[in-house]
Amino acid sequence: MRAHPADYQLVAPGTLPAVLSLLAQEPGACLPIAGGTDIMVQCAAGKLPSRNLVSIWNLPELRRIEVYSDEIQVGAGSTYTDLRESEIVSREFSLLSMAASWTGGIANQNRGTIGGNIVNASPAADSLPALLVYDAELILASTRGERRVPYSNFHVDYRETRLAADELIRAVCLPRRFSEYYLHARKVAARKAQAIAKVCLAALSRVENGVVQDIRLAMGSVAPVPLRLSATEQVIRRKRIDSELIELASKTAAGEIRPIDDIRSTARYRSAVAGNLVSEFLQKISVAGTRV
Amino acid sequence: MNRDRIVGTSVPRFEGREKVTGQARYVDDMTLPGMLHGATVRSRIPRGKIKNISFAPGINWNEFVIVSAKDIPGKNCIALIEEDQPCLADGIVNHPEEPILLLAHPDRHLLPRAVEAVSIEYEPLPAIFTMEESETLRQVIWRSDNIFKSYLVEKGDVDSVWEKADYIVEGEYTTGAQEQLYIENNGMIAGFDPKKGITVWGSLQCPYYVHKALMRLCGLPADQVRVVQMETGGAFGGKEEYPSMIAGHAALLAIKSGRPVKIVYDRVEDMTATTKRHPSRTRHRTAVSRGGQILGGEIEFTIDGGAYATLSSVVLSRGTIHAGGPYYWPSVRIRAKAVATNVPPHGAFRGFGAPQSLFALERHMDRIAQIVGVSPVEIRRRNFLRPGQTTTTEQTVNEPIDLDELLDHALELSDYHKKKDTLAIENQRGGNKRGIGIAAFLHGAGFTGSGERYLGSVVGVEACAEGGVRVLVSSAEFGQGTKTVLCQMAAEALGLRYEDVEIAQPDTQEVPNSGPTVASRTVMIVGKLVQSAALGIKQTLEAASMLGDSYSPEEFRVACRTYVAKHGKLSSLAHYEQPDDIVWDEQKYRGSAYAAFSWAVYVATVTVDMNTYDVSVDDFVALQEVGKVLHPVLARGQIIGGVAQGIGFALHEKVIWENGRMVNGQMTNYIIPTSADLPPIRVYFEELGNIHGAYGAKGIGELPMDGPAPAIVNAVGDALGVSFDSIPLFPEGIFDAMQNKAESENRIPSKRGRE
Amino acid sequence: MSKSPRGLSKSEISITINGHAVSVRAYAMERLLDVLRNELGLTGTKEGCGEGECGSCSVLMDGMLVNSCLIPVLQAKNTHIVTIEGLASDGRLRALQQAFLECGGAQCGICTPGMILAASYLLNKQPQATHDEINEGLSGNLCRCTGYAQIVEAVMQAARPGASE
Repeated sequence: MRAHPADYQLVAPGTLPAVLSLLAQEPGACLPIAGGTDIMVQCAAGKLPSRNLVSIWNLPELRRIEVYSDEIQVGAGSTYTDLRESEIVSREFSLLSMAASWTGGIANQNRGTIGGNIVNASPAADSLPALLVYDAELILASTRGERRVPYSNFHVDYRETRLAADELIRAVCLPRRFSEYYLHARKVAARKAQAIAKVCLAALSRVENGVVQDIRLAMGSVAPVPLRLSATEQVIRRKRIDSELIELASKTAAGEIRPIDDIRSTARYRSAVAGNLVSEFLQKISVAGTRV
Repeated sequence: MNRDRIVGTSVPRFEGREKVTGQARYVDDMTLPGMLHGATVRSRIPRGKIKNISFAPGINWNEFVIVSAKDIPGKNCIALIEEDQPCLADGIVNHPEEPILLLAHPDRHLLPRAVEAVSIEYEPLPAIFTMEESETLRQVIWRSDNIFKSYLVEKGDVDSVWEKADYIVEGEYTTGAQEQLYIENNGMIAGFDPKKGITVWGSLQCPYYVHKALMRLCGLPADQVRVVQMETGGAFGGKEEYPSMIAGHAALLAIKSGRPVKIVYDRVEDMTATTKRHPSRTRHRTAVSRGGQILGGEIEFTIDGGAYATLSSVVLSRGTIHAGGPYYWPSVRIRAKAVATNVPPHGAFRGFGAPQSLFALERHMDRIAQIVGVSPVEIRRRNFLRPGQTTTTEQTVNEPIDLDELLDHALELSDYHKKKDTLAIENQRGGNKRGIGIAAFLHGAGFTGSGERYLGSVVGVEACAEGGVRVLVSSAEFGQGTKTVLCQMAAEALGLRYEDVEIAQPDTQEVPNSGPTVASRTVMIVGKLVQSAALGIKQTLEAASMLGDSYSPEEFRVACRTYVAKHGKLSSLAHYEQPDDIVWDEQKYRGSAYAAFSWAVYVATVTVDMNTYDVSVDDFVALQEVGKVLHPVLARGQIIGGVAQGIGFALHEKVIWENGRMVNGQMTNYIIPTSADLPPIRVYFEELGNIHGAYGAKGIGELPMDGPAPAIVNAVGDALGVSFDSIPLFPEGIFDAMQNKAESENRIPSKRGRE
Repeated sequence: MSKSPRGLSKSEISITINGHAVSVRAYAMERLLDVLRNELGLTGTKEGCGEGECGSCSVLMDGMLVNSCLIPVLQAKNTHIVTIEGLASDGRLRALQQAFLECGGAQCGICTPGMILAASYLLNKQPQATHDEINEGLSGNLCRCTGYAQIVEAVMQAARPGASE
């Protein structure tokens, strides 16, 4: 433990308005901490500068899942376990519950939150590609009120988001449009549990009479931000899946991403595997047809 | 007639109850009154001169105890085989993380910032990081030639085999550093009393190694140094030599401050600053007959020892002796050396040189098979050692081991032949590729050659006032079951119940030196002495007419109580005597290297995902002949645990170096298998007995480390038709090789001889 | 010395530990792990990595398995914590602990407290857990000694109907 606990002031006001009030007092000065699975690791490594923190763990306004006819609103304070155990998330948004089951071990799933995952903004995060293909929107809250933004451009650059200094993510909104889609996800990592992704794919598709009506592909760990593979989708949409299309899609995907060499893997491996994951998915849906 | 009643059964682990209730006391669980916490200021550069040390403002330095090399009362070294490794760097550093200063303070939380606040100015010197760089001698960083140790083994007339060879097969094989990753980090507490001397309590394997090192460092006589082993949370060799360093640090702070001092590393410090498995490079050049028999060969075995000698000479020794594996070499020349580089010194890790040289050999056997055009099974059959033949060091195989039969048994258990055919057909269908691979190997138990005679181990057994007996050994328990097995042996020897025997916590004030807990020697060497010492108690009681020819456990207890009440202490010592048939020539490196070998054949079945190049091990058969299984549950646990580490060694564990520093020193980035990553590991034993070990047991602790990596890499080769000669083998490496098939074949091309 | 260089103070934090209500004086950001071990003397919970990877520091917080090295003690305020010491507090081993002893689930023992808590949590949620489910449920607890097989066997043995709790 390379930090002195006395270097940090941590308060837990217990309600969302009180938290927002603190954030508004000196924007940027106060760091929200939910389950701590990212912040406490930084702190222990001596990499969290001395500062004020405000606990948003277990705030009822943040830790609930509201179901509407056209969308669900997942509170940003929902843990990965909450997502796994939610009947509606498992039924209609299982890319998200699958990703939650791949994130860390059970103890970390009990504490890590979807909001924390988004704000931490690691391009390797398992859940974020799912949010991209589900066309997620975020409700951001501050003392100035609430605003609703598309998730698709929320990540601006490596670990940089559009969240204002006095804002908190209150909820993640997921439109209930995907029940009929075929879904597929794959995480490629150094071991089968508790590993940071080298490449991960979240995919949704709707195929009718052998023609791809809609296709949604997003990947993690292949760019500074979680990436929607729009160019690859464009190549596939409205086409029949055959071996030529699969090869073209695979090449387009490998070209669309911007992977790097890092401590976990190499750029050339990531490119090749990204292409392979897209091929694998297309082969699957060409056999399976629509929703399995 | 004497059916074993206790030995051979799975009695409860001696200290098991404490472990499952959280009551077991590891070093960080202990505090002493007035205790300070210690921390280490370490070098940030790989090599250079220390120009200046300054202490930044903003820290109340008066509150800290500060120790430098100048404070060392004895010799500034960690005495082991050589005395080249400083306890604290004095003017010059030779590796990143080399300890320079020690700090202590009552408040643990203040130390990290204080360590950061010590500024050290260096004049860097050019540093070397690979065996190849070390060999060029452009930088000489250790003595005159960068060579910690070298060995030459020669058997027969190697130079004459090449012209007779039908095939000459060459290969180069490399293995990387591996971190032991015991889940309990290194830690020590030291206390100093001007009259009584130094006491240390800590996580360690070898109390008397620490004892010797502290005597030298502190300039104290033997009776003024006391070393107590606490419950130790895993070791695997990583706590064989390193504890002497951390104990020395805690001791120096205790001496200077007059207060007890605790130093416990966090994970990053433990990974980056302490020892790892020696990286290796083995080059084989082998003359082979048309029928696939080895006629002779040259083996060049090189290991990277890091910046100081530590145990490199012994790791080299074991690796050298195992380099020929379980095969008959009519002639061989083995040139081995351990070289210096500017990285933290490498050290003991389960297997101790053998996993490295056996990886190379077992990969090479598959290569020979391929060139000659026979199966991996056949090539081994045609070269296995048979009783009466001699090993590479000309040790005659005296045991009735039938390696052919052992191989057959392993093939049957793994359904090898059927699988080989089925997988080959499946692979043609596209999709994932599957393969099956074998490794056949051996592991010598005990110290090499005259090592056990040199150690001169002593074991004690004493009668307890309450009536049972107590075993007195310096052999440490760190999960492998030392306490349990030695108590079983004493109970068996005396006809007592398991509950009648206890074992003292290793404390150099209380137990004799039964040698270090290493080299798979505990059951075979120390166990035999426990048996003898126990029988000594019985003899004394019989001589005192307190015990008849046959007796019940309760009668024995009464006899002990009576004797102790009447005469005081009753203890019996047993001293190691080298068996006459173990003769070793240290100069020529020839003779009987080990009192006994355990033998094994492992078979791995793998799937390679052709989209991600991930390798999963689907099935693993571990068959070994071990003399006698003393405790079935413990023995199986040792094999499974060792195989898991071997799987890590092959597929997951990589130390990423930058300028001599490990940069992936966190559990997030240094990957060991989780419960989700391992195949069913199927363990089988054969028992041929052994005249040298108690109850016929041979060592098994390290054996399982030798086989998994070559078996798995051979299986991957079988799946893909591509040879891999370097571990760890990552998907990225498989991908690169598949891209560049030609590059991955022999780097040194094999030649076909006359046909 | 209860005021830090920043002038921050420790505060009183009420927690229920193994059924007993306690009040500790600690900095809000002190790790629950350190409070358990150093303030309360409950050294059964271990530190293996300090980064939430190894699970040696696992405890139950309001019935939920968590890594105590990642929890600021303020967030444990008014919660119920169960540590390994809370499992056999009456001196009688639970079925899980007994099974670990019989099956070889503990070798060096350092991962054992966390492993037992993780297994206990798993079996409470999934009393009929299969071999695969146990492998998954324990995948956040690293062991270097056993290769996991005998741990999983211990958990399966404890999960058998009739294994008394």
